[in-house]
Amino acid sequence: MITENPHDSHGPDKGLMRWVFTTNHKDIGTLYLWFSFLMFLTGGVMALIIRSELFQPGLQLVQPEFFIQMTTMHGLIMVFGAVMPAFVGLANCLIPMMVGAPDMAMPRMNNFSFWILPFAFGLLLSSLFMEGGAPNFGWTFYAPLSTDFGPPSTTFFIFAVHMMGISSIMGSINIIVTILNLRAPGMTLMKMPLFVWTWLITAYLLIAVMPVLAGVVTMMLMDIHFNTAFFSAGGGGDPVLFQHIFWFFGHPEVYIMILPAFGIVSAIIPTFARKRLFGYESMVYATASIAFLSFIVWAHHMFTVGIPIAGELYFMYATMLIAVPTGVKVFNWVATMWQGSMTFETPMLFAIAFVVLFSIGGFSGLMLSIVPADFQYHDTYFVVAHFHYVLVPGSVFSVMAAVYYWLPKWTGNMYDEALGKTHFWLSFIGINITFFPQHFVGLAGMPRRIPDYPLQFADFNMVSSCGAFLFGFSQLLFLFIIIKTIRGGEKATEQVWEGAHGLEWTIPSPAPYHTFTTPPSDLNEAHG
Amino acid sequence: MRRANPISWSAGLVMLLGGNAAMAEWTLNMTEGVTEISRQVYNLHMIFFFVCVAIGVLVFGTMIVSMVLHRKSRGAVPATFHENTKLEYMWTILPIVILIVMAVPATSTLRDMYDAGESDIDIEVRGIQWKWQYTYLNDDPAKEVRFVSSLLTPKDEIENLAPKNEFYLLEVDEPLVIPINKRIRFLITSEDVIHAWWVPAFAVKKDAIPGFIHESWAIVDEPGIYRGQCAELCGKDHGFMPIEVHAVSEEDYETWLAEKQEAARVVYETIGKEWTFEELMATGETVYQQSCAACHQLNGEGIPPVFPALKGQGLAVGPIAAHTDIILNGKAGTAMQAFGTQLNPAQLAAVITYERNAWGNNLADHIQPSRINEILSGGAQ
Repeated sequence: MITENPHDSHGPDKGLMRWVFTTNHKDIGTLYLWFSFLMFLTGGVMALIIRSELFQPGLQLVQPEFFIQMTTMHGLIMVFGAVMPAFVGLANCLIPMMVGAPDMAMPRMNNFSFWILPFAFGLLLSSLFMEGGAPNFGWTFYAPLSTDFGPPSTTFFIFAVHMMGISSIMGSINIIVTILNLRAPGMTLMKMPLFVWTWLITAYLLIAVMPVLAGVVTMMLMDIHFNTAFFSAGGGGDPVLFQHIFWFFGHPEVYIMILPAFGIVSAIIPTFARKRLFGYESMVYATASIAFLSFIVWAHHMFTVGIPIAGELYFMYATMLIAVPTGVKVFNWVATMWQGSMTFETPMLFAIAFVVLFSIGGFSGLMLSIVPADFQYHDTYFVVAHFHYVLVPGSVFSVMAAVYYWLPKWTGNMYDEALGKTHFWLSFIGINITFFPQHFVGLAGMPRRIPDYPLQFADFNMVSSCGAFLFGFSQLLFLFIIIKTIRGGEKATEQVWEGAHGLEWTIPSPAPYHTFTTPPSDLNEAHG
Repeated sequence: MRRANPISWSAGLVMLLGGNAAMAEWTLNMTEGVTEISRQVYNLHMIFFFVCVAIGVLVFGTMIVSMVLHRKSRGAVPATFHENTKLEYMWTILPIVILIVMAVPATSTLRDMYDAGESDIDIEVRGIQWKWQYTYLNDDPAKEVRFVSSLLTPKDEIENLAPKNEFYLLEVDEPLVIPINKRIRFLITSEDVIHAWWVPAFAVKKDAIPGFIHESWAIVDEPGIYRGQCAELCGKDHGFMPIEVHAVSEEDYETWLAEKQEAARVVYETIGKEWTFEELMATGETVYQQSCAACHQLNGEGIPPVFPALKGQGLAVGPIAAHTDIILNGKAGTAMQAFGTQLNPAQLAAVITYERNAWGNNLADHIQPSRINEILSGGAQ
């Protein structure tokens, strides 16, 4: 089969066309990761515009119309353009290596699912230059603000969301098929690394909820252009229905953005603690439980829409339950570190910061689940602080940890450790200065998505803006480190890290173009 | 609070950066508020906060100890354990127990909040882009008091042309007035998009949704001025629709209500008289600034294409009947609201006249309040 193919040993094509037509998982993974980084910088610039305007009370830089376009686009681009493609990129780069496969199961579809993205985001970003401006109704695009009151560019936004959804669904199908069919002989499901497990579950979540997102934007399209009234009370529709459908997608979506991060951290901590992952099986079950619970808690985003008390209580209890499997994960990571033999290279620093800061986001999440208290927290900066703690030092830190951890395997070169640690500390300090004070202004009563604020919020907002600039500009150092590593550096060994387990550490660095042309035989240490 | 260190540290950072001219106090925590419910909510918040702090100290403490002791540079040799069924059961079951214990007070507070009971005063709260309309419901429609409450902060303060006052963005032209120690029921709804009516001191936050009327209630036990803001993104001026509630003694409330009812009667009488063009233009300019300029802008140029220009184009220079119709009834599917229920006939006639004769629009025609009143009461368009 594979060995009979005369093209098997060839390397990549030359020039630009290599990237356009590539069906190679590592090339496509690389494209995803670069695209995601570009979107991260784009969304980051928008965040800095927001933070600049909020540096002081009063309107200085931008007008309210543009400000809410920025908050909307920042959210959409970070969620759909930066975090999700980063994880798909990592899945592409790593899953075939981790399960002992030559490539992804469906390479052409893989190419297509990536190349949809630049067009989707090109379309979305182009709306900034349209008459009436970009979407300005928040990344949650609640009707009727987005339907009856939205700018003309809303239709382009809908089409862009459709394209992103198609891309995600194709990517997920590919990941599921690869994991279920291309594992090396003898690799049972319970021998898979946790990154593979978390992505398998994430991919199912994506397939389940992306069609729901497509459905809700299609209903919006009908309301806007074909005079239906799904979400318009005047026509017999229901604006709250929009929120139920949106959050039925939206809540699993937030786990889509964190489960792969759990997988990454579960690979990195054992490596640098030089000790096997504590409670591998309970990690798998906890991931599956979180995924299941994510489908039955959506209305905790909507405690103030007037749900009857029985509904409020149910969604409160169900939401509180999520703390249990999440707690199991955190305890397992701590138990993995306990009595290990730790060193603190850059990936480990990011992973430890992940555990701590994600837990802080988890604590505020638990507080938000308490309905009476949520009436005070809802739609304030306390919520902004909460979800940025789980998304930035959560998802984003995990991606950075992953890049440092596997970069030697991808490029064959070690990154500059001193620079990596500098990047970590700048990011760590920056992120905390940015988001910790937002808890305080939120509790003191500052609503989110406002371009200007009363004077008692002034000082913490100024602190927050300073932190945002520190964090934002630190990412240029990240870019520099990556480019420097690609261009050269100390050669990496096969093993790279002393304590690393897993099939990807049994192949040369950089990994061969077709990862495993013959199935690996020693699978005993396939997971960390 | 146990957060003295990070606070003084970040305070130091701010001073390093030059500080802020209006150095307000450092508000760190949720307000306790002035109702029984809001105090319960505050207590819940603090209980959950301290439980989280305790768990955090435990978990992060263990991590720190581990990071200090179990490092390779100290010659630590890795242990080989990688599971412990007892331990894993323990840290699954223990959190469940903690959560159940914590759910008890949360459930009881929520039940108290949903226990509406008989109200003493019913107030309809209507969100309108970007202001609040309050209606004191009364069985006798002639005694019903209705007014619109919008941002008082002048544009100059927002645009940094004038120093900002203490209640910057938290002050309104006509505050909601309620008596203390009475059960006030708020019936919350919306004219256009979803807003949320939030007064932190009452622990009341409820979405105002078009087509729905939601209930919330409060019994305020301390007189005072309580301020809040819209808490659901509702368009460009979401940040500029504050809430100001004056809680006063029952006598003061009755006096205020009687004055309001009398004022409404006087306005009603002025509708019948013949207004001069100059009077209409003068009143119209004020009304335009309060109700129209947010979208159509002071210079009448709008923000196309969402908020069309009125200067030299469209209905403002077209037939007066169509112009009146859109002002009274709004335009479905757009941000143009129905002002027929928000403004009184004199204000409506004035603003229509103003729009037809301002910024170089020079139709020299006008409409009388009495005519508006005929249209509104007769339904004749």
